[in-house]
Amino acid sequence: MVQISLPKNSEVKKGKYFKDKTGSKNLKKVNVYRWDPSTEENPRIDTYEVDMDNCPSKVLDILNKIKNEIDPTIAYRRSCAHGVCGSCAMNMGGKNGLACTTPHAEIDGDIDIYPLPHLKVKRDLIGDLDGLYKQYQSIEPWLKNNSTKQTTEIYQSKEDRAKLDGAYECIMCACCSTSCPSYWWNGDKYLGPAVLLQAYRWIVDSRDEERKARLKKVADELKLYRCHTILNCTNACPKGLNPAKAIAEIKKMLAMTNL
Amino acid sequence: MKAYNIIDHEYDVVVLGAGGSGLRAAVGLSEAGLKTACISKVFPTRSHTSAAQGGISAALGNMGEDDWRWHMYDTVKGADWLGDQDSIEYLCKEAPKAVLELEKYGVPFSRTDEGKIYQRPFGGMTKNYGNGIVQRTCAAADRTGHAILHTLYGQALKHNTEFFIEYFALDLLMKNGECKGLIAWNLNDGTIHRFRAHTVIIATGGYGKVYYSATSAHTCTGDGNAMVLRAGLPLQDMEFVQFHPTGIYGHGTLISEGVRGEGGYLVNAKGERFMERYAPNAKDLASRDVVSRSMSIEINEGRGVGEDKDHVHLHLSHLDKSVIENRLPGITEAARLFANVDVTKDPIPVVPTVHYNMGGIPTNYKAEVLTVNGSEKTVPGLMAIGEAACVSVHGANRLGSNSLIDLVVFGRAAAKRAAELVKPGTPHEEVPESETQKCLDRFDKLRNAEGSNSTAELRLSMQKTMQSKCAVFRTEKNLKEGVDEIRKTYDGMESISVKDRSLVFNTDLVETLEFDNLIRQAVTTVDSAYHRKESRGAHAREDYPKRDDEKFMQHTLAWCDGKNTKIKYREVHKSTLTNEVQYFPPQERVY
Repeated sequence: MVQISLPKNSEVKKGKYFKDKTGSKNLKKVNVYRWDPSTEENPRIDTYEVDMDNCPSKVLDILNKIKNEIDPTIAYRRSCAHGVCGSCAMNMGGKNGLACTTPHAEIDGDIDIYPLPHLKVKRDLIGDLDGLYKQYQSIEPWLKNNSTKQTTEIYQSKEDRAKLDGAYECIMCACCSTSCPSYWWNGDKYLGPAVLLQAYRWIVDSRDEERKARLKKVADELKLYRCHTILNCTNACPKGLNPAKAIAEIKKMLAMTNL
Repeated sequence: MKAYNIIDHEYDVVVLGAGGSGLRAAVGLSEAGLKTACISKVFPTRSHTSAAQGGISAALGNMGEDDWRWHMYDTVKGADWLGDQDSIEYLCKEAPKAVLELEKYGVPFSRTDEGKIYQRPFGGMTKNYGNGIVQRTCAAADRTGHAILHTLYGQALKHNTEFFIEYFALDLLMKNGECKGLIAWNLNDGTIHRFRAHTVIIATGGYGKVYYSATSAHTCTGDGNAMVLRAGLPLQDMEFVQFHPTGIYGHGTLISEGVRGEGGYLVNAKGERFMERYAPNAKDLASRDVVSRSMSIEINEGRGVGEDKDHVHLHLSHLDKSVIENRLPGITEAARLFANVDVTKDPIPVVPTVHYNMGGIPTNYKAEVLTVNGSEKTVPGLMAIGEAACVSVHGANRLGSNSLIDLVVFGRAAAKRAAELVKPGTPHEEVPESETQKCLDRFDKLRNAEGSNSTAELRLSMQKTMQSKCAVFRTEKNLKEGVDEIRKTYDGMESISVKDRSLVFNTDLVETLEFDNLIRQAVTTVDSAYHRKESRGAHAREDYPKRDDEKFMQHTLAWCDGKNTKIKYREVHKSTLTNEVQYFPPQERVY
């Protein structure tokens, strides 16, 4: 039988335990993935006892509380705190989401907080999204229209504009792509749901004149057809978007377009 | 001091910040053939431009007659005559072009039946010089900032802009009063980078996080403003802090003015539409300072809602369902997530919340940074745009939807001006090592700080002081208390503690550097407010309730060396740029 072993330093160890110092009766155990590349140490899970009586409702509030009151060394990305910037995407209670919009009350028992799955970790909860950003650039996310010199606007009917709904709202948080098993395996070649949703957004923009070229560009066994309609992406999207449907639409368009 | 390994770079222009204005500038610079670096502490689409909701103003006239001069009048009046009218003329005249350019870039604007860009009413936006409401604010549903930011990032990719992402800028490199570049810390690998540039364009946004309750992102710490102060240059009009009327009570999340633009209204505990009393014509669409003050009066006089009577209600359940679905989907989601409210049934609890800094780095309409040394002078090699800048187009109070247009108009203007001033490939001068040493000394001192005050405690103390002593209504007494208290917090820095000594994504140190930036701006804000003994726009002094044009139709300039400030004044520009429009002389400001 094949023996699969992991590199030595990938084993996650038990980390430090931060006992409550407030004397609160309402405590929650929060387990956080920690890894600092500047040490030789393995990743570890630190556990914090957090006073929930004085903690607002979202997972980000817990992290801020830990950073402000217990352990300032914990590292995570956060910015807008209301679900529009996409910085604080992570895995909480086994599900991907935005820490700033995920209520901690939805997680039973101890709260486990990890970086987004299957990304290289830069530190603690900070994942490496450089690969995904390069893929985003590869779909050329800008309008291609030769009338750019004219001084009037390009008209677009309400119906055509409505086609962009459900696609332009994407905040590139990567919750969907990092929940997709196909992307876990073939993330270097498969574009993944986040980037394909954006490819779709430009394909269906009535103002764009390169629809066919855009379709041709993604019509690839690996870039597009690694989607096996698992639908984790749609489940994971914190903005309620449906990348799986967009991917299906692209496949449908390819079936019906003579490239 | 431990020696840091420094990596050197040379660029024609460095843009610091990758929000709306920084990206627009970077695109223009690339188009002009200048070797450009764009440095940002967050990935571009994480910038706070993404949080702008309601729209971007421009007199396109898609929804009825409009004229850029009317827009200019509204902006001058909104600014309570503290704006420079040459700059305001430039903004309003260039606005339609700038919006059409965004449309060409691919911004998914909402549309009219004819397929044109949809425009909605917004506070203070009127037709024919204050006679009736105009629809001037171009919208992509209620996610306009998000749509613009992502589109501009796409344009920057198209132009192969060189990004340095998750680099935290430390200080400017100055030589004989000229800017020669900047130093930044790469969070990804812990290295220090020195960028030489013929022009540095600061586009670092506002500093809302000096307050406890703000719609601003955690990252809105005005890093560029503080770099300018440390370079011995002044900030302008820092006392003018905009409180947005509708932040979600208890959480601070922004609820767009677009809600009132689409027909929503504010109600007190007695069920009264109280804005009718304060602004009989514009009502809920008066300018933001007026609405925020009215709400505060209602609350102070005991007509607030809720257990503590400390907020009011924003009603929109009477609006047509399709209006809510199509034009306000984002705030519907925000109200559900952060106020647990279904807007089709119940009102949103709201309270005035810190939202925007009219003040910032003084510039002219070409985005060149200004200082005063006898007379007004530009600072060679330095520009500022966006919320970091004080052009000044917003004067004492910004109108809603004038910030997004400010980003793109002046982002473009900065690129144009830099292209005139910088010849691509010009060799760089040597900068004395002492500049680098000074910067790294501060960095190293904070990195190894072993005191007893945590950054989070000091930050909270600053935020609480600003929230209670420098809020919607101000008096001599509470401002003086603020001036003293904020210095005590500043002194707490002497014994600040940083626990994390590493260099890779050391966010403990990032937050400490951000606090060091914030506290200097807090000091200049409260000091500037203390010295302005009049009421104008967002600066409402209960002890000086009238505007005093004779003494104070001037920009405040504040230099700040640690906790010592020097306050001077600079004349407001009282002329227009061209004779296509006449100067609007001061009038009484009623809505």
